[in-house]
Amino acid sequence: MPTETTTAPATAPTPRVTRRRGPAAAVLIAETRLFLREPGNLFWIFAFPSVLLVILGFIPAFKEAQDDLGGRRVIDLYVPISILLAMITAAVQAMPPVLTAYRERGILRRMFVTPVRPSALLSAQILLHGAACLASALLVTAVGRIAYGVALPEQLPGYLLALLLAVAAALTLGSMICAVSRTAKAATAFGTGAYLVMMFSAGVWLPVQAMPDALRRIVEITPFGAASQALQQAASGSWPGWIHLGILALWTVVLGIAAARLFRWQ
Amino acid sequence: MAIIEVTGVRKTYAGRDVVDGVSFSVDEGEIFGILGPNGAGKTTTVECVEGLRIPDAGTVRVAGLDPVADHDRVTRLLGAQLQESELQAKLTVREALELYAALYPAPVDWRPLADRLGLTDRLSTRFAKLSGGQKQRLFIALALIGDPKVVVLDELTTGLDPRARRDTWKLIEEIRDGGVTVLLVTHFMEEAQRLCDRIAVIDRGKVVALDTPAGLIRQATGSTVISFAPSRPLTGPDLARLTALPGVASVTPPDREGALTVHGTDETVTPFVSLLAGLGVTARRLRITETSLDEAFLDLTGQDA
Repeated sequence: MPTETTTAPATAPTPRVTRRRGPAAAVLIAETRLFLREPGNLFWIFAFPSVLLVILGFIPAFKEAQDDLGGRRVIDLYVPISILLAMITAAVQAMPPVLTAYRERGILRRMFVTPVRPSALLSAQILLHGAACLASALLVTAVGRIAYGVALPEQLPGYLLALLLAVAAALTLGSMICAVSRTAKAATAFGTGAYLVMMFSAGVWLPVQAMPDALRRIVEITPFGAASQALQQAASGSWPGWIHLGILALWTVVLGIAAARLFRWQ
Repeated sequence: MAIIEVTGVRKTYAGRDVVDGVSFSVDEGEIFGILGPNGAGKTTTVECVEGLRIPDAGTVRVAGLDPVADHDRVTRLLGAQLQESELQAKLTVREALELYAALYPAPVDWRPLADRLGLTDRLSTRFAKLSGGQKQRLFIALALIGDPKVVVLDELTTGLDPRARRDTWKLIEEIRDGGVTVLLVTHFMEEAQRLCDRIAVIDRGKVVALDTPAGLIRQATGSTVISFAPSRPLTGPDLARLTALPGVASVTPPDREGALTVHGTDETVTPFVSLLAGLGVTARRLRITETSLDEAFLDLTGQDA
């Protein structure tokens, strides 16, 4: 609708020109702002895993080398575990209620009637939560290194590969929770249930490596049990077992397909 | 020229025809109303126009395009304000306007738009903190921001106070005066009568009438209302002759002040006057009025008040 003439005399003060961004970039920028406006989520995803590591380091026994851990210390194990905790918090606890609310409150429908697909909104959220996981991983690694002298991962490419697969598995699990939750409340409930199970399997309470054999074999089948094993192996210098990486990839594919099929826009 | 054409659209949910063969066409530059009781299928019908729902049968065209198959092109031509949709709670008005402007290839400048909608002093307010009226005005802005040819407004003034409602009506007229076609869903009679060039009345999934507001009133049975107090009580045979006059739909018995009400048509008036003269009765407090769109609506949709 004509609201103002767009041509102005050359002498007139230049009107402020809106910088044109691509639609996907505009969505990502807006969602990033919104993401940063959730101090609770930021704390639990970004700060809490590092805080946990610092607290655990106050326990003297955790800083002593243990023979049954191959000469490593408990605190060494808790660096990858804290990273997994960040992923679980971001993808399973924080993300599903956000996306489910976007559907429940008609935000996706509103976007559907613009030239941009609502999937841009979902992708932006998934990307942001993934990025927050990786930022938290970096912080945990730095804190472990500086505060407790935890060695950096010896098999770095293997470690990064396991890390990325774990993030992907976590995010698809979170997406799956969105897909099966009708309401944001349901997503919070599902998320919290999954959160506790995933924390256990990631080894937050008891490192997977310290679990009894029978339990460990079961936990290794879960995405975070597998991730925990893969990260520990890479941290101590060997290439992560293909079986663990394969389990992670399989979970990602299966959950991703299921979430995409089950997800409803409205 | 028709910019929206809806032909024989049908939509069934759980075995029930929510929309049952709806057809209408909206000409460029008009304000076209879809009026009907709650649950009549109004929203489902416009959701088919917006491409949000796929009709089970029938066709929908917006500027000749299919809103489902050509969804992308239709979204550039059609701005929508949806019933019961929200924005991200912590998104500010400015951010919402900037975001939605960036989604369109050739948006209008959002600043004058925000100014016209009285949102300029709310630019830094988050969506969740806006009042109902401010949210509605923001949604109108978002519907217009892509410089559309058509806007679909669904229950726009529901929940607004009378003053905000009147302001919104003025705005809708301005939108139309700017050359945009408006498809307006409402259940407010006054709103439809004031704004719409033409109205489709939808009831139980069907178009039961399609006309100008004045035309709808004429279509309703008993659209001319004659009320009078006879100078002497009318006898049974008098009343029978009154009821038998051309076009009479009903005669209401005298009220406490002795006034009768006759629902008829234009044709009723002259024979009515002759009959009274013949009976030697004078009509006191005689009033001849047209029924309101309200009553025409109730008549057309077969609803009790």
